[in-house]
Formats: sequence, structure tokens, C-alpha cells
Amino acid sequence: MSVKLLILDDEKDFVESLAERLSLRDFKVKTAFNGEDALKIMEENEFDVIILDVQMPGMDGIEALKRIKETNQLAHVLMLTGHATVQTAIDGMKQGAYDYLMKPIETKELINKLMEAYSLVEEQKERIRKAEIDNIMKNKGW
Amino acid sequence: MQFQKLRDFISNKFFVIPEASSSPERYKALRRNITILMLFVTIIPLALMATINYYQYKNSLQSEVINPLRILTNKTKLSFELFLEERISTLKFITSAYSYEELNDENIINDILIVLKKEFDGFIDIGLIDDKGIQISYAGPYSLEEKDYSNQPWFHKVILDGDHISNVFLGYRKFPHVAIAVQSYSDDSCCWMLRATIDTKKYNELIAAMQLEPLSDAFLVNNEGILQTRSRLFGNELEPCPIEIPVGGGETNIIEATDNEGNEIFIAYSHFVDTDYTLVVVKPSSLILKTWFTFRTEIFFIFVGSVLIIMIIVFKLTDIQVNRIRQAEEKHELAFRELEHSQKLSSIGRLAAGVAHEINNPLAIINQKAGLLQDILTSGSGSSNSERLLKVTQSIVQSVDRCSVITHRLLGFARRMDVEYEELDINEVINDVFGFLDQLALHRNIKIERKLDDSLPKISSDRGQLQQVFLNILSNAYAAVDEGGSVCVESYPKGEENICIAIKDDGKGMSKEEMSRIFEPFFTTKIGYGTGLGLPITYGIVNKLGGKISVDSEEGIGSTFTICLPLKSKSIKIENNE
Repeated sequence: MSVKLLILDDEKDFVESLAERLSLRDFKVKTAFNGEDALKIMEENEFDVIILDVQMPGMDGIEALKRIKETNQLAHVLMLTGHATVQTAIDGMKQGAYDYLMKPIETKELINKLMEAYSLVEEQKERIRKAEIDNIMKNKGW
Repeated sequence: MQFQKLRDFISNKFFVIPEASSSPERYKALRRNITILMLFVTIIPLALMATINYYQYKNSLQSEVINPLRILTNKTKLSFELFLEERISTLKFITSAYSYEELNDENIINDILIVLKKEFDGFIDIGLIDDKGIQISYAGPYSLEEKDYSNQPWFHKVILDGDHISNVFLGYRKFPHVAIAVQSYSDDSCCWMLRATIDTKKYNELIAAMQLEPLSDAFLVNNEGILQTRSRLFGNELEPCPIEIPVGGGETNIIEATDNEGNEIFIAYSHFVDTDYTLVVVKPSSLILKTWFTFRTEIFFIFVGSVLIIMIIVFKLTDIQVNRIRQAEEKHELAFRELEHSQKLSSIGRLAAGVAHEINNPLAIINQKAGLLQDILTSGSGSSNSERLLKVTQSIVQSVDRCSVITHRLLGFARRMDVEYEELDINEVINDVFGFLDQLALHRNIKIERKLDDSLPKISSDRGQLQQVFLNILSNAYAAVDEGGSVCVESYPKGEENICIAIKDDGKGMSKEEMSRIFEPFFTTKIGYGTGLGLPITYGIVNKLGGKISVDSEEGIGSTFTICLPLKSKSIKIENNE
């Protein structure tokens, strides 16, 4: 089962090459270059992990994070910052982001964190499935 | 215009201290100028006052002392004149009361002389002289009958003026006397005259009546400058008087002169109206102005004393003032330099952070692209070309890594990190850091000396950041020393509110120029492998923790970094370097 991933960053080159690299590693990657696009894409797709740049023109990372959390997605958010303000990351994490990464990112570290986030999402999904099964079992009535 | 120029000159000379000149000279000039100015404004008025006082007092004293002298002289002159007038009147009375024939009678003239001697002082003899100048009748101690006076100048003067008082002369008698003669006033005969001689004893009495001080002198002198009475200073009667008395002026005049011995004297003189006598009173000025001299001495000593006191005070005051100015200026300069330094560091830091931030994004792209290339190459078929390309991409990634280390540290330098305060033992922190570096020290055979004061109180600070500080400085120290060198760490209390940690190495040290720049970002002597950010970060952290870091270094001898930290954290607001 491959990880479904959305990368949201205004740096097109960066996003594209990162997407390609992660695709090579069997991630299912979709990209968006601004918050609105990302939200649109999220309406149609379900993701496990969302990589989100903190600093973007227009809707900034924190704002996008809030909007993402308002949708029904289970996806965990990894904050990406080219800007070493721990404070921004802390703010993001308070808003429900899973973790943060500093640019330029080590591919290994990124993948580790992606996998961590993914496993948590999977666990969550697993629990949800279990709960649903339990619910079905309770209600089946025999 | 002139005034303006003068003002400019003065202000330029005294108040504008050349800024460019080096400090000691500048303060010397300042001290000199203030001193001169202060002395000027204090001593000049004092001197002025003293001088004015001096002259005023001198004038008033002179008039006070000299006026009595003038009055005395005048009075004495009048006494003389009265005395002579009296004698002439007497003779005139006789010529009126007695006829020529009566006076020619020896008995009568002798009687007259007896009465004269009894009633009037000084008469010695009396004689009747006919129109041919022959003394035809005489009463007195000498036998002077038939004496011919017709050749004498006074005889003709009497004929012209009616009366005459002679100068003092010795005559036939060999003692000083004065002859007075009056022409007859009887109707019948016109040209006979009465002549009497007077002893000059009376003159001396009159002069004695002046009651002069022992050093003073008074005498009569005639128009030819011949003494008429005995002078204490200038000799006996009929000797020439060595001092010249100005002719003319009926009033009593006073002049200043010097006598033969060079003493200053006052000469009061008064010419007689009818006779050619002049009364002269001589007083040494020292006598007259004795009080004046005392006053002068007093004023001199007071003046000198005041000037000395003023000078002492002025010098002391100037010293205090200049030192105060100097201290203030030095303090100001120091504060200014510190401010400048920290501002420079902070603005450099801000710039660096900005640059780092801007570079970070393209760096991320390069990194990703290179990574992608690597991925593609690894997954593709391994041709010889792709292996070379793989190497190239690896070196790109390595370079990017190096860049990212720099940008991260730069951002760390500018980053506003929250300080987490906790109670900690500084020695423990230092020991921890030594733990990180033990291997390195062992490897390079560096001697570590720890002089940690165990009694140091705990401080409230951030452990992680302090570790970074010591790590930075100790790594620098290790890098600075040669193999087998030594590094000494000492902790000690400073005052009641600070503790200090000195890290001393015996490495290669720094020049002054280097020392002044080591806290600037990107300044590094480790060309090739230093980022030049270690010490700026350290500086920032120590500042943030409310402490101070200073460095002392000498080339070839070694460097000492001293970090002083407050016991209690003061929350210091650090500029937000985003």
C-alpha cells in the first residue's frame, strides 16, 4: 500500500523534483502550488500525509493548515519551513500539524517522518475500521 | 569687526579643543586653557583692585600728610614776615617820633636801643646814617661811628624802596645777623635813614617753634641759594644750599626730590613777599609716608597671598573638572563603542539571516534536483557515464549540505530562541562539555586544567545554550593550541551577583585587529573550514542570557575568553532578528 501524499509549496521547481523523487520511491504524490488549489484537490482525493510550506504568498501555511484541519481528512501535516523559526513550527503544531522539517531537507529524514506520519494515519484508520466492524457486529442483531 | 575678530580668536584659542588630537594632549590643552582663563578672570580684577586701592590710598595719604606740612610752612613764613614787619614798623616809628637832631644825640639813641632791647627781641645795635651813607650816630656794642655805607647796595635800595631787610651776613662782627634799614619819614629832611641789626637767633627760635621731627629740617634761603639759617641737613648759615628751590609762586608749594644720599624727600617752600627769603621745610618721605609703606607692604602680601590661594584652587579645580570630563567622555565613548558594536552585530545578523533565508529556497531546489538525478541514475542501467554523473551529483549534494550547514547556523545566529531557565551548576555544564571533547583532547594530547570553584552558587540559566557557548569556545581553544598545548578553565565568583568562567589557552593568539572583529559574523581565521559564525552565536547567546563575554589575547602567547553570567536571570529583550 503506497502512501498518498500531497505537497503544497509555492516553489514549483522544488515541488516537482521532490514529487518525482518521492514517486520514484513509490509514493503517490500530488502537488499544489497554492492553498486554494490544494483544498480543491483535497475535495476529490484522500491523502495520508500533506507536506505544507509555511511561507507562501496568498494563503500562508498556517492558514492553509487551519483550512485543511477543517476538512474531514485524516491526513497528518508535515510543516516545511525554509525559515528556522521554531515558533512558527510550534504554532503550526499547536494547530494540529504532526511535525516540521527545515529546508533544505534531507531526503532520508523526510522519508522517515513521512513513514512515521503514515503509520500513525494507518493506525488511526485501522482503529476506525475496527470501530466500524465492532459497530456492524453489534448491530447485526444475532 | 575688530571685536568680532577678537571674540573669534578667543573662542578658537580657548574653547575649541581640537578633536583630532590624541586624548592626553587634548586634555592637557583643555586643562591649560581652563587654568589660564580662570586665572585671567580672577587675578586681573584682583590686581586691578589692588592697583586702584594702592593709588587711591597713596593720594589720600599724601594729601593728609602733606597738607599739615603746607600749613605749617605757611604759618611759619607768616611768623617770619610778622617778625620782620614788626621790626621795620618799630624803626619807622622811631624815625617818625624822633628828629634827625634828636637821634644824632648819643644819649637819646642809646636810650632808644635800651628800650628796643627790652621790648623787642633781637636788636643788637642801631645807627643813624646821613644822606651820604655815613653813620653819624650809633648805639651798640661796637664802635661803628663814621662808618661809610654809601657803597653798600642796600643803601641805594633803601633810598629807592624806603626800607630794606638784608640777607644774613657776618659783617664786621663775625656772627650772623641781619640788617634792617628804613628811610626817614620826617618832613624836613628826606635823606637820612635808621639802620638796626638783628640777631638771627630769633630766626632759629621761629624755626624751632615748628617742632619738627628729628629727621626733618627747616631753614631760610635767599634768592641766590645761600642758607640764611642753620640747616641740619645742608650746613651752616651763609653756605650755599645744595638743593635748588624753584623761583616764583607766592603760595606754599611742595615738591618731591631726592637728597644727596638718594633718599626721597618732600620739600615745602614758601617765598617771602617783601624780602628775598624763602622758607624751606624738608621732610624725608619715609617719615611722612611711614604708614603708607606699611600699607603698601600689607597690600602686597595680601595680593600675593590671594594670588597663591587662587592659583592653588584654580589648579585643583581644573584638575578635578578635567578629570571628570575625561572620565565622562571615556565612559561615553566606551558605551558608544559597545552600542555601535552590538548594533553592528545585530544588523549583520539580520542581514545574514535575510540572505540565508533567501538562499535556502534555491538551495532546497538544487538539493532536490540533485537528489532526483541521483535517484534516476541509481535506478537506471549502470553505464560508465552514469557512474561519473553519480559522482558529480554526489559532490553537488555534498556542497549543498555544506551550504545548508552555513545557512542553518546563520539562521541560528539570528534566531530568537526561547530561553528555558533552570537552576544549574555551572561547573556541571562545563564538565559535560569537556565530556564531548575528551576524545579530541586525548587525540591531540592537549592538557586540560580545570580550576573550578566548587563553592559557586547555582545560577539560573539555559543549560543547552550554555553548553553551546562552552562548546564553541572550547573548540576554538582546542583549534588554537598546538599539539601538547594546554587549555585552562577557571570558574570564580565576581561580586555578589555574577560568576565568571575564564577559558585560557596557550595557542597562537590573535592580533588586536582580529580581536576586535572576532564577534562579527563570517570573520574567520580558519580559512576553508570555518563559517565565522561560532563566536557571533556565542556572543548572542551570552548576551541573551544577560551575561557578558570578553576576550583578551596576545599574539603568540594565547587567548583568554571570559564569560560572566548573572546569578539571577534578568529577562533581557533581544531584538527580534527575523
